[in-house]
Parts: sequence; C-alpha cells; structure tokens
Amino acid sequence: MALDSKVEAALALNRFGLGPRTGSIAAIASDPRGALIAELDRTGAGRITNAELMTSGVAARAAFAFQQAQRELRRAAKSAPKEMSKDAAAEPSPPAGPPPAPARPNVGMAPQQIYLDEAKVRLTAALDADIGFVERLTWFWSNHFCVSADKAGVRPIAGAFEREAIRANVLGRFVDMLRAVETHPAMLLYLDNARSIGPNSQAGRNRGRGLNENLAREILELHTLGVRTVYTQDDVTSFAKVITGWSIVNPVQDPARGGEFTFNPNMHEPGTQSVVGQAYADAGFDQGRRVLAALARHPATATHVARKLARHFIADDPALALIERLAKCFRDTEGDLKEMAKALVAAPEAWATPRSKLKRPTEWIVSALRATGASVTDVRPVMQAQNLLGEPLWRPPAPNGFADDDATWLDGLSQRLDVANQVALRIAPGADPTAVFEETLAPVASAETKRTIARAESRQQALALLLMAPEFQRR
Amino acid sequence: MGPHAVTRRRLLLASGTLFAWAHLPKLALAEGRDPRLLVIVLRGALDGLAAVAPVGDPDWLALRGDKALTLEGKTPGLPLDKMFVLNPAMPNLHRLYQAGAATIVHAAATAYRERSHFDGQDVLESGLARPGAVSTGWLNRALATLEPAGSANPISTKPRNAFAVGPIAPLVVRGPAPVLSWTPPRLPPASDDTLMRLLDLYRHTDPALARVLEERMGLAEIARAGGMESNQQQRPVAAAQVRAFFAESAGTAAKFMARPDGPRVGALAFDGWDTHANEGALDGRLFALLGALDGAVAAIETNMGDAWRETVVAVITEFGRTARINGTDGTDHGTGTVAFLAGGALKGGRVVADWPGLKEANLHEKRDLKPTTDLRAVLKGLLKDHLRVDEAALGSKVFPESSAVKPVAGLLA
Repeated sequence: MALDSKVEAALALNRFGLGPRTGSIAAIASDPRGALIAELDRTGAGRITNAELMTSGVAARAAFAFQQAQRELRRAAKSAPKEMSKDAAAEPSPPAGPPPAPARPNVGMAPQQIYLDEAKVRLTAALDADIGFVERLTWFWSNHFCVSADKAGVRPIAGAFEREAIRANVLGRFVDMLRAVETHPAMLLYLDNARSIGPNSQAGRNRGRGLNENLAREILELHTLGVRTVYTQDDVTSFAKVITGWSIVNPVQDPARGGEFTFNPNMHEPGTQSVVGQAYADAGFDQGRRVLAALARHPATATHVARKLARHFIADDPALALIERLAKCFRDTEGDLKEMAKALVAAPEAWATPRSKLKRPTEWIVSALRATGASVTDVRPVMQAQNLLGEPLWRPPAPNGFADDDATWLDGLSQRLDVANQVALRIAPGADPTAVFEETLAPVASAETKRTIARAESRQQALALLLMAPEFQRR
Repeated sequence: MGPHAVTRRRLLLASGTLFAWAHLPKLALAEGRDPRLLVIVLRGALDGLAAVAPVGDPDWLALRGDKALTLEGKTPGLPLDKMFVLNPAMPNLHRLYQAGAATIVHAAATAYRERSHFDGQDVLESGLARPGAVSTGWLNRALATLEPAGSANPISTKPRNAFAVGPIAPLVVRGPAPVLSWTPPRLPPASDDTLMRLLDLYRHTDPALARVLEERMGLAEIARAGGMESNQQQRPVAAAQVRAFFAESAGTAAKFMARPDGPRVGALAFDGWDTHANEGALDGRLFALLGALDGAVAAIETNMGDAWRETVVAVITEFGRTARINGTDGTDHGTGTVAFLAGGALKGGRVVADWPGLKEANLHEKRDLKPTTDLRAVLKGLLKDHLRVDEAALGSKVFPESSAVKPVAGLLA
C-alpha cells in the first residue's frame, strides 16, 4: 500500500511536474492527485513577480537604446583611427589579429543580457516549484504559441512575452491567452504582422506596400483550428486583412512608448471580411478581437487543444475517448485552462498509461538539477545543454514549436549521456547517488537499475547512470 | 487526421547535420561504380523564380518589377540558356552547369497542393502524396530495397546500416534502415566504461534506448578516425556565419562520404528559406542563403575529391512561393519551384522544364508558378539510374501509389 502511493507520487511528479526533489515524493504520497490540484489553486500560480524584470515595452526600449549607442560607438571608432591604419598599412606587418572589441555602451541594455536574465528567472521558477505542474503547463502553452528569439527584435522580449501573454493566462481562459499572444509585440514581430498593411488602407494606398499573411495563417493552422480543418486560403487572406494595423510603436517616432502594441488605423484594411463562414464588419481593432473570440469558441480549436494537451502529458497517441473528454471540457467551460488541467489529472488514462514518453530535453535537464539538488548560479551552461540536446530556449526552429513525440527526441539520447556526465562532474559533484536514488527513483526503479547504480565505479559514474536510467528518462 | 500527423510536424532542428547510411549499393558496385547520393532539403520553401529566373518569359518583368532578376541591371543573372538565368549568388553552380556537372529542374513540385510548411515537408520527405500518412522517408525506404554489399564501415563490430550526425533524424531518413544521431560534443564525453554499463542496463530494461546507444558507439569511432571532432552545430546568425555553417556541414558530409569505407547515401537539411518579408533575392537574405548554398556545393565538390565524378547532390524544397511579390517585399507560400542537381555523375548543363508560362491564367490558382514536373519523377530517375533502385519498387515502396509517375530518364552521364 505504502509502495503504491509512492509510485503514484513519483508518477505525478514526473508526468505532470518537473521531477522529484529530495522529500517531494514523501510530501505528496498521501494524496498525489490532490497535491497537483492544490498547486493549480495556489494564489498567483504561474506568475513571476520579480521587480527587476522589465515589461516588454521597457525591454524593447532598453534594447533599442543599447543598440543605438552601440552603433554610434562603432561609427566613432571607425572614423577616429583612420590615419593610424594608413600608417600601419605602409609598413610590412604580420596579419592583423581580430579587431578590438567595441566598447560596451552604458545606455539601455544588451538584448542578450535581457534574454539571459529572463532565462535565469525561468530556470529558478522551475527549480523552486514543489511539483512543477504549473510550470509544465506554462512551457506547454509557450511552445504552442511559440516565438523565436532569433527573429529580429524578439530576443529582448521573448521572456516578457512568456510572462505577459502565457503565464498571466495559464490558468485562465484560452480566449484571453489567445488575445494576449496575438497582440503581443513578440508575436507580431515573429510572424511578420507588424509590417502587414491593408492594400486599401491609407498607408497601403500611399506606400504601395501590403499584406503579409504569415500570422493569420499560423493562428488558424497552429494556434486555434489546426491544419487541414475548416479553413481555406481565402480565410487566411481575409483574416490577414482583418489584423492589418496590429502593429508596434516605432521607438524613433515615440521614444516613450516605442516597442509597445498599437492598433494603427492607417494600416488597417477597411471593409467587411468573411472568416470561416462568418462575416465581420469593419470595427477597427475590434474586428480582429471578434474573429479571435470566434476561433477560440470553434469546436475544431477545442479538439486541437485537447489532442495536443493529451499528447504532451500522457501519450504520443492518446486514446480518442480522452481527447473527446478534454475537448468537451474545453467546449463546456469556454476554454477554461484550469479546468482543462484538472481534467487531465482526473483522467484515468493519466494514471494507467505506461511511462512511454521520453522527457523533453529541458524537462530532463531540470529534473536532473532538481534530483541532484544542484544550485545554479550561471544559467549559461544549462542553456548550452538545451542547445546541445536540440531544444534551445525560446528558439524553436519554426512556428509549430518543438516536437512533442518520443521518436523525435529518442535519437538525441546519446547526447544526454554527455550532459549527464557533465552534471555529475561539474554541476553536482557533491551529490550522493545513493541518497538521490532513494529520494527520487527508488519507488519506480527496476532491480537492474538499482544494481547498476550501486555497482558504479565512482559516485560521478553512479550519478550519470542514474540520470540516464530508463526510469529517469521516461515519464 | 492520422496518429502521425502531429508527431511528424517537428524536427526542423537538424539543420546542417548529416544523416547517412553505410551500405554500399550492391548492383551499382557490380557494374564497377561506387555512386554517392547526397540529398539536401531546404526547409521553409525556396522561391524558385528568384533562384532561377525565366528572363525569356514575356511576363516575367511585369510579375516581379524591380525585384525581378534579369540579365541586365546592377546584379545581372548568370545565363543558363535562352530562357533562364541563375541568381548571381551562385557562381559555383554556374561553373558546374557550364561544365556539364549541374542540372536545374524548374516548375517542379511534389504531389502536395496546400500551403502548410509542415505538411509540405511531410509529403516531400515521406514520398507519399498526402501528409501524415507514414513515419518513414523515401530515402530510407529506397535504401531498404537495395541489397547491401556488406557494411561500408570496417570499424563496426556488426553490419551497421545507418549513421547520422546531429541530435535528431528528419523524416526523409527515417525507416527500416535504422538511423542514429551524433553531435560533436562540446562537453567532455562520458567514458566508454560508463557507456558500456549504461548499454548493459538498457539491454536488460529498455531495448529502444539500447539501440540508440549502440549506434552511437560506432559513430564515435568513425568521427575520431575522420578527425572531425571540432565540427560545430551552432545556429548561425550573420550571413558570413550562415555561409561558414553550410560549407562546414556539407563539407563534413562530403568528407565522410568520400572515404573508401564511408557511407554512400546521406541527407542534410538547411533551414531559413521562408522569405515572407524583405526577401532580398538580389542583395539581401535570399541572396546570402543562395550564396551559402553555392558555397556548400563547392565544399562538397572539393571534399569529395576523386569521388566527385560518381556523385549526385540533389537540392529540394517542400514547395515554391507566390509568383508575385507580397506587400512586405517578400513572397508567401506557393507551389512550383526549382530543384538543383549537381555532381560529376550528371549529364548536366541543361534546365529541365516544361515551362507553364507566367500569365495569370497559367499560374496555379492565379498566384503560384504552376508545377509541370513531378519532383518524384526526378528523384526516381536519380535513384534508378544512379543507385539502381528497381523501378517497380520506386512506384510502390519508395514513392507509394506513384507507378504512373515515370522516372525522368537521361539525368546521369
């Protein structure tokens, strides 16, 4: 009996959370399902309150100021030493080394620094969580509505995007998250909508520029209805017209509000548009808000979201009955994401399905750090590990985000051994593998795993083997 | 939607990494040949009209205006024939074309006619006419039909029929011939002893994990022998870095494949072709990407050495882009596009195209270059004449339900 409850607690921590820390399994063993629900019900769950973090507008302006100052420094450096370089060219000298690094401006903030600060805060939230269910939900939605820090302008606001659009709504309503996401500067930059102009708008007629249908397509294909469902190319084009004018304040024209969302009526395509069988009169910004509301209510969206949640948390090929139950919950509650999370916990499949899914790289790295009790002062080695394993933070290769199936990540397993080795050698060299095993793996470990760890030639090797054990890799 | 539909919408991660098999194709060997085939997938959909412009088409200038590549102007195209010019970012490909070692296929497409990248890549890589239907790729299935003349890698302790570089295998190489991945580790690798212990544990408890690890051990050997441990996999940001990255990835692939005991068939993917805004075909992003691709082809030619004369490189993409420029100086998702073939084994120096014309009525859905050549026919022609894959198998197993699509004949010298 006692063993069973520990097995269920370990399952709750791995399948829904970020893996056990010392004491986690014992702490929730009396009622693992209740503990998951309690994490959802906590006040302020999902939110990060850190006075030092910048809003996306402040971050965008800080990055802009930094880059401006950097350009000026470069320009100054280029014009100043002209005479010297002429002299240098006159005499035969060995090939020049790399040019001296440009001085760092003390204005604003480097995009990379903002990105690293946000990464650190995100990692800390994951390491500090009791179970990590709300963090996992955040990661799930952040990947569903992904942006890429590799796109121009997104790097300094990728972290703010997750806090402002995803975390703020992670236990709220889907339609609110959808609206927050699609009007966020990070998304408008990532999928090119900031510069999309209605051909018949004021700006379109004056400048002869026009539509970009990238964001409209991905909202329909990836964010709401799902590919090959109920929309056509005409819907994509019409919807793209609806959201023309959803743009960003130019920091040169308005230094106080630069980088923030704006609805620019001069860029907005006038007229009624039809999207997925419904006509929307031109109501400026509201026209698009109404389309988003309708998309959020559409049954295809409910099914799409239900399938993705079930696939992420439970199995690559979840039972159709489970998907339908989750979709019904979505429809019945008008997309209440907290109720969806509770429905996942209540699903019998969540507790009966074997641990077949490989933890995603970041889940695995974080669960390794949690298990070994490593304290992370420098976030960069963790990010390097994410890169090495193919899941670089806020840098998905395409708008459909990182894959969520076992096959995708299986081939990267061998790289995990190198990371496990690194954790054992450098990040948690003091961890006692026997204690870590007892605290995090023992309830679910096979006799072979226990034996392999016990017989390791060193503590470091034991720890690496523990982190690589099938029971540690799968959830 | 099939169970695989979303599982396969994934893996654009493996940019610039090599996936390959170490089989030596037996039939080709029996003929005294030792053919190499490297497939390069351009992910994101290449604007074929910007890469190879139909300057002989009377409607070309009207379609693209000052964004049109022409024989005149600041950046004139490189002439191919009376109809087509090549983007000036690709001087190496042009040189190969003039020497008969490059062929360009235009107005080509897979059987896919929608405009989703992920479904389009699915069709391109699976070889099926519809997305989400299988979890294996045509290249892998083609290899599986060939009778191997033994493992090409003498280091291996058992006949190992696949190896790969990079953390994740893309669909085109997945299938019955197993594929594994290998990334040059920046971290100190785990010791062989740790590896053996882990392998032993996996063999007893989790065979799927055991298989992945077994493959990796062979790979680590070949990399050490080839002296390629310093190969980096970082995401490039600037044009020069993109160029260096493409050249390094393709060059490394060629180094592996040139070895007498190396693999003969491989695949690479390069990301970044989704040029919705500020496409820059003549001076910007696409120009830089095409230049990087050109450098990659040059690196393959150099590093293949003598094996270049038995090499075919096929560069393909999921679909083309709109014939017209969109409102943000880019192009949106389209249909027909180009494929590049390069290599000493080709009978090249020509553009293979049944040109559909660019008048609005001739455009697919009045917006895209109409596809008149089935890309599968081109790939079948290469697999049949270069690797000696059986034609019946090409129409059933490799590209299922495509026996009506005949292989293009005469691509090889």
